Amino acid sequence: MKSHLLSTADLTKSDALRVLDTAAELRSLADRPIKKLPTLRGRTVVNLFFEDSTRTRISFEAAAKRLSADVINFSAKGSSVSKGESLKDTALTLEAMGADAVVIRHGSSGAPHRLASSGWVRSSVINAGDGTHEHPTQALLDAFTMRRHLGDLDGRRVAIVGDVLHSRVARSNALLLSTLGAEVTLVAPPTLLPVGVSSWPVATSYDLDSALEKTDVVMMLRVQRERMNAAFFPSAREYSRRYGLDDRRFARLPDHAIVMHPGPMNRGMEIAANVADSHRSVIVEQVTNGVAVRMAVLYLLLSGADTTEHAAGEPTA
Amino acid sequence: MTTYLITGASLLGSRSADLLLADGHLGDPADAPPDAVRIDASGLVALPGLVDLHTHLREPGREDAETIESGSRAAARGGFTAVHAMANTEPVADTAGVVEQVWHLGQTAGYCDVRPVGAVTAGLAGQRLAELGAMADSAARVRVFSDDGVCVSDAVLMRRALEYVKAFDGVVAQHAQEPRLTEDAQMNEGTMSGVLGMQGWPAVAEEAIIARDCLLAGHVGSRLHICHVSTAGSVELIRWAKSKGWNVTAEVTPHHLLLTDELVASYDPIYKVNPPLRTADDVEALRAGLADGTLDCVATDHAPHPTEDKECEWAAAAMGMLGLETALSVFQTTMVDTGRLTWGEVADRMSVRPARIGRISDQGQALETGSPANVVLVDPAATRAVEPADSASLSRNTPFRGMELPGAVVATFLHGRATVLDGKLQ
Repeated sequence: MKSHLLSTADLTKSDALRVLDTAAELRSLADRPIKKLPTLRGRTVVNLFFEDSTRTRISFEAAAKRLSADVINFSAKGSSVSKGESLKDTALTLEAMGADAVVIRHGSSGAPHRLASSGWVRSSVINAGDGTHEHPTQALLDAFTMRRHLGDLDGRRVAIVGDVLHSRVARSNALLLSTLGAEVTLVAPPTLLPVGVSSWPVATSYDLDSALEKTDVVMMLRVQRERMNAAFFPSAREYSRRYGLDDRRFARLPDHAIVMHPGPMNRGMEIAANVADSHRSVIVEQVTNGVAVRMAVLYLLLSGADTTEHAAGEPTA
Repeated sequence: MTTYLITGASLLGSRSADLLLADGHLGDPADAPPDAVRIDASGLVALPGLVDLHTHLREPGREDAETIESGSRAAARGGFTAVHAMANTEPVADTAGVVEQVWHLGQTAGYCDVRPVGAVTAGLAGQRLAELGAMADSAARVRVFSDDGVCVSDAVLMRRALEYVKAFDGVVAQHAQEPRLTEDAQMNEGTMSGVLGMQGWPAVAEEAIIARDCLLAGHVGSRLHICHVSTAGSVELIRWAKSKGWNVTAEVTPHHLLLTDELVASYDPIYKVNPPLRTADDVEALRAGLADGTLDCVATDHAPHPTEDKECEWAAAAMGMLGLETALSVFQTTMVDTGRLTWGEVADRMSVRPARIGRISDQGQALETGSPANVVLVDPAATRAVEPADSASLSRNTPFRGMELPGAVVATFLHGRATVLDGKLQ
């Protein structure tokens, strides 16, 4: 592993498998009565959240605490950030407090890169979602969940459906799943696919129905209703008819296929309530797996960093 | 006033000759008085003083980023003897009072002729015309009008401005950026913006305005100048407008001649600029356009910003880059050392044509007896690593930091007076 986790593009196949295999070991903890390991005792993990995301923050918090790390939650709301303090000063403050890892969620694409490359902090930086760029731990937990149900992802078909243009989940998944050998198809109206998507290691389609029958995984993305006002699509109803996973489309999925969603869902918009609650939906399990995957990331970044055995044996570039 | 006798300079990079600078003009070297200060210019290229059509000096209003004095010192070090100070100051240069103040401060500083650019619309608000005639008639004698930083997007207002400035031989310099297509835009729209998850800034947003304004200029028979052309499509449109015989001129910045949007992958806002860095194909088209004269000149768009406005996340950062002290070097590395243009054409693109577009009669003249003594001596064989801390600007936001660039300004003379000697400000 590198010293930061900023983008899934930085992960080689073996890096990614190492995270996923470590997470699988840690996942078994969730079923034990005592869920805690002493691994990161005395280390400090800061959750630096410039955007509200209770789900992701809680998941990282649980992950760090299960590894016995001290956790500091720093939320932009009500903090000095809302008084105009710069990212740099916030970072310097956290550094002075001795953070070993900074988990950052920020509305501006690339903010975690700035934090990691600017020299403001020495700690490991973990991207917990930056603007419309990436959300690497979400992709890792998605891949983890797929492996539990489908085994090796090599040659598996994954359809990622919805607002790809604005989705950090889609970017991270497209890169990671391709690295792991899966065949990814991005399905969206043309307005919600980025210019330049043809250079990505994925296929694209405007037609959800044609992508469904052969897919092993269908991952629905959240569609924000305000996109409607910016003319990305004519109305929520039309979007739902053309790109929603409704009961009719659900029935056409292969029997083994699973349904995923990074949450929070718009029930009735991109996914029908029956589908979200069906036995093929792994949406709740994604949340459980998220803790294990984030434990694995923290473990590999933090305990690897100061163990001479690891440092000698692992490339750290 | 000191009289200088420059010996053995290569005039416009060709024939070797002496230059006599006396009483603000070029004289016959044979008439050099015995007390003339001799400058050995063997190995150096002599050019007419450079003229920048596009400079942000930030004063009045943002004297923390740059002042007219500090910016004109940077200009002199870059070989410039005249700069056009853009209107987007606080207050905006949209009245005779403000442009006269800028002009006077430039005179007082004395490092180069500071020619104020007047705003096209009051407060750059795009609602109604500023008092263009009053600025033209003022002591500053404004001839270039621009809302630079903001596009004059209203087609009717643009038409009226183009028509109105004909009365005093003015030119409207358009910042071509269709506003609706670039809301919240962060970088060139293309492969990189998709990968980096940044709101794209499509080439068409620039090209659509250029196409419209060329048609308007042709329709009303006015002078139009296009600021900081950045796309291959824009070059094609301007080539087409010129082929029609319309009075359209255009500039390109040094950074658009050298840098591409691949640099944005660092998320370092030092590369954030308006218009954004484009692709390698665009860079090639800009160089070709400058070589064949479709693009008339290089203009720096020197845009100083204080450290805190760049030392932050990309979306929060200010747009703009320094340019005055590196423009000639970037021109040399992209156009001269590649064999695309001669030093004589450097003089044309960085002095003669911009002076003509700005209607400055005492700049951009031939290096011959009787011309104003605006001269720059360049050592084309020198190389240097760009070090931000060395800049005469108050700001440090150069995207060329650490790059090895060829060429060094050895001396600059403004109306016969040395502003730079031995590479040092006087």
